[in-house]
Amino acid sequence: MMTTDQTMNKSGLTATDATQEENNLGLSPTMAALKRARSHYGLKIGLGILLVMAIFALFAPWLAPHDPYMQNLPLRMLPPVWVEGGSWEYLLGTDHLGRDYLSRIIYGARISMTIGIGAATIGMIIGVTLGLIAGYYGGWLDQAVNFLVTCQLAVPSLLLIMALVFVIGQSITVVIFVIGATHWVFYLVVTRSATLRLRELDFVAAAQAMGCSKFQIAVKEVLPNLVNQIMVIFTLEVAVAILNEATLSFLGLGIPSPIPSWGLMIAEGKQAMFFQPWLVILPGISLFILVIAINLLGDGVRDVTVTNRRN
Amino acid sequence: MGSEMSTTSILDIQNLSVDIPTDSSTLHAVRGISLELNRGETLGIVGESGSGKSMTALALMNLLPPAAKRSAGCISFEGSDLTHATEQELASKIRGQRIGMIFQEPMTSLNPVYSIGRQLKETMTLHRKVSESEAEKRAIYLLEKVGLPDPASRLKQYPHELSGGQRQRVMIAMALMNEPELLIADEPTTALDVTIQAQILHLLRELQQEFGMSMILITHDLGVVSRAADHIAVMYAGDIVETGRTAEVLEDPRHPYTQGLLECVPGYRGTSQQRLGAIPGIVPAMTGTISGCAFASRCPRAADICKTDTPPTKALQQGRYFVCHEPNIQTPENTANTAREAANQTPEDSALKKGEPILTVDGVSCTFMVRRGLFGKRKPLQAMDNVSLTLNKGEVLALVGESGCGKSTLTRTIMGLQKPDSGSVTLNGRRIENLPPMERARMIQPIFQDPYSSLNPRKTIGEIITKPLAVHRIGSRQEQHAQARRIMELVGLPTRVFNSYPDQLSGGQRQRAAIGRALIMNPEVVICDEPTSALDVSVQAQILNLLLDLRDEMDLTYLFVTHNLSVVQHMADRVAVMYLGEIVECGDRDQVMTDPKHPYTHALMDSALSISPGETVPDPGLAGDFPNPMNRPSGCPFHPRCPLADQQCREQAPGPELIDNTLVQCWKAKTSGSQLKS
Repeated sequence: MMTTDQTMNKSGLTATDATQEENNLGLSPTMAALKRARSHYGLKIGLGILLVMAIFALFAPWLAPHDPYMQNLPLRMLPPVWVEGGSWEYLLGTDHLGRDYLSRIIYGARISMTIGIGAATIGMIIGVTLGLIAGYYGGWLDQAVNFLVTCQLAVPSLLLIMALVFVIGQSITVVIFVIGATHWVFYLVVTRSATLRLRELDFVAAAQAMGCSKFQIAVKEVLPNLVNQIMVIFTLEVAVAILNEATLSFLGLGIPSPIPSWGLMIAEGKQAMFFQPWLVILPGISLFILVIAINLLGDGVRDVTVTNRRN
Repeated sequence: MGSEMSTTSILDIQNLSVDIPTDSSTLHAVRGISLELNRGETLGIVGESGSGKSMTALALMNLLPPAAKRSAGCISFEGSDLTHATEQELASKIRGQRIGMIFQEPMTSLNPVYSIGRQLKETMTLHRKVSESEAEKRAIYLLEKVGLPDPASRLKQYPHELSGGQRQRVMIAMALMNEPELLIADEPTTALDVTIQAQILHLLRELQQEFGMSMILITHDLGVVSRAADHIAVMYAGDIVETGRTAEVLEDPRHPYTQGLLECVPGYRGTSQQRLGAIPGIVPAMTGTISGCAFASRCPRAADICKTDTPPTKALQQGRYFVCHEPNIQTPENTANTAREAANQTPEDSALKKGEPILTVDGVSCTFMVRRGLFGKRKPLQAMDNVSLTLNKGEVLALVGESGCGKSTLTRTIMGLQKPDSGSVTLNGRRIENLPPMERARMIQPIFQDPYSSLNPRKTIGEIITKPLAVHRIGSRQEQHAQARRIMELVGLPTRVFNSYPDQLSGGQRQRAAIGRALIMNPEVVICDEPTSALDVSVQAQILNLLLDLRDEMDLTYLFVTHNLSVVQHMADRVAVMYLGEIVECGDRDQVMTDPKHPYTHALMDSALSISPGETVPDPGLAGDFPNPMNRPSGCPFHPRCPLADQQCREQAPGPELIDNTLVQCWKAKTSGSQLKS
């Protein structure tokens, strides 16, 4: 005990400091993150927008003013209410078949959010897993994964998607899986190179000396350090997936036609872009807001979980 | 500004300040310092990291980061006023022309895509109207001067083809291309091995005398400055707290900070395994308005006046002053005594506890197959060759060697993380590879060099320290936390950092956390891999004290890997010297350090720079650089650099031999002592 006290004194801690600090551990990591989250505007705005969008998507049948499938050919191509010739009945106007555009955008949120977030998540699971394996285990596993990447990059992904959808059949689930399964290369490349760097650091060696298995090290030590980079790619891939779905739908291989999705709406509106630009602009804005919200959320999560302040 | 003045003083700085505005306030990096440098002399600027040493040097040439603001009464360099010089004048006439600069990191300060010849010539043709061939002639001349063999063919080489020491020599040659009157060397040897450090410092001194240069040497190493500098300025928190002739300052330090720094150096006063004096805390960030003495918070003698009033500058004689209130004068002898008293309270009879061998390394060899390029042939790299070591319970065995000698491979093998090709590692009577991970973790744990990479930045300190318990599911969560808190108290870490992330801690605190993690499983053997070489000298003293205390308390055995010989002197019971994958000498510390048998050990001991003002930097007398382990020399691996090598050494590898209780691998071991001294 003598020597302990001495250690404390020599190390600059006086006895009173020690007793005062006895029960003061500071906030636990979760509490501290929540506290920072409360004062982070970007995070709050991003989360807010996403929540509103999710509510609209979930309660679309109650919130949409019209039936999104109801065609009304005499009222086709109505402009939005603020443009000359618009009506309060159809706030955002109608499309080329006279369907209410606002209702279609609200219903479209369902499909687009599901596909965007779903496909990006599937791609993330595939890419990050393979990247960790390739980067951390190295050797022939690394070469095998690199071979997979080369194959993926060599085959035109649209062609592959078309072939897969054609063989498996057309449905939302299939579209999500097929888009996810063809968009994992970014995740893999980033995860692999970051893992290669991280596995050389001493904290990995310390974990080995503790007796952690390779799997434990890869998942519990390395993976948490990759969250930032993965988050950035995720926000990019959500937008890419939504637009990919639009391409598929445009080619008649995505969502079966009457079901509204933002991508499909943009594709359909393209023909009339010069005279009725809102047909493209309105779903475009929705897509933009969704991607911005995910970006803000991603940045916020990064800021909140990591601290760079010295005490 | 008389002409007489400029003949003696080459650089005169008056009242130089550097302020860096931050989000919330202003950081005062340098606070109104005045310096004078005489022609042909060396000024050493010493201090811990964050004390403003480098900022001062950068401010001279106006190379500060863009946000920083410089203000100075006067910076007069050979009669020209640098304060009012425009950026263009500085770039075309001063930097690289009349003031040369050498940086710490030789690995990054040369451009990797240009040959060194081109880089050398460019420095000259940029500033002067000289022909390409004249520049080349000068480059070859200087490369020869800095001791690179075959200089003409070196010009075509690229930086990656040179070793760290060679690159630093090239950097020096580059700084000398335009015959500068002033050379600023910012930690020129910190990244180098001890023998290379001695060679480079020796070289700098020679060149300085030959060319009549003045030099500013910035370093944190008091040993270096004591040998290489004529004058010394001790900086603390952006201010010079004491200055004077090197011998006067180091022999009779007046400022408590200077005294504290000296007490922190192992081997400065007293002998081994005593507690070192330690300066608590770290250099404070000087933000906002400062009242009183910046050192008051860490000063053992601080009185009330220190916290309120700016301390006065007290001149002892021309050019020798210190800045302190001197609240109650205490001579350095007294502080040394208190350190000694403290030492007496800790048990010193380590000899009694020496027990049976706890760890035996027997004839371990390890060869890696390294392939150059995709279709290159695999070449063997022998990292360890028939290494045998014994670690006895309760002792501290120091493992000394230069980078690339196989120290890390050996420690990895000892921890069971690297499978040797042949030989065995036995821990407590059991082969290391047969131990299940949990038992192994309970017996042997590492502490690493760099506390910035050894702690996972995404985990809190609490998570890091409890991790070993969590991995092996020992105890409930509450018990793990309680144990972690006990360990944190033991290693002197305030419990409030339990939920902090590593980047919120200082270097010393991080290293304490790493020690805590290593000790929470209550291991018997701890492998300390250069645990203090990334830390400031005052923090190093704290950590070394802590390690010695913990050894006594927890009955630990240390394998202490280091290149710092004063740390070896301070910590070790026995010493093993490693060279190119072989243990060339192993024996009792005093025996090895005072009477080395192997010529390599001899050179190492010669290169150690203890604090002895007045003495010059020794030339270790080693030929060439550390060899590439890919091309091991035949016979005795040390023969190309050995001053005693003969035919036998070149052809036959010596075996281990026991002389005076010391295990040596050298043909000349019996006679080396007398031959090397002469």
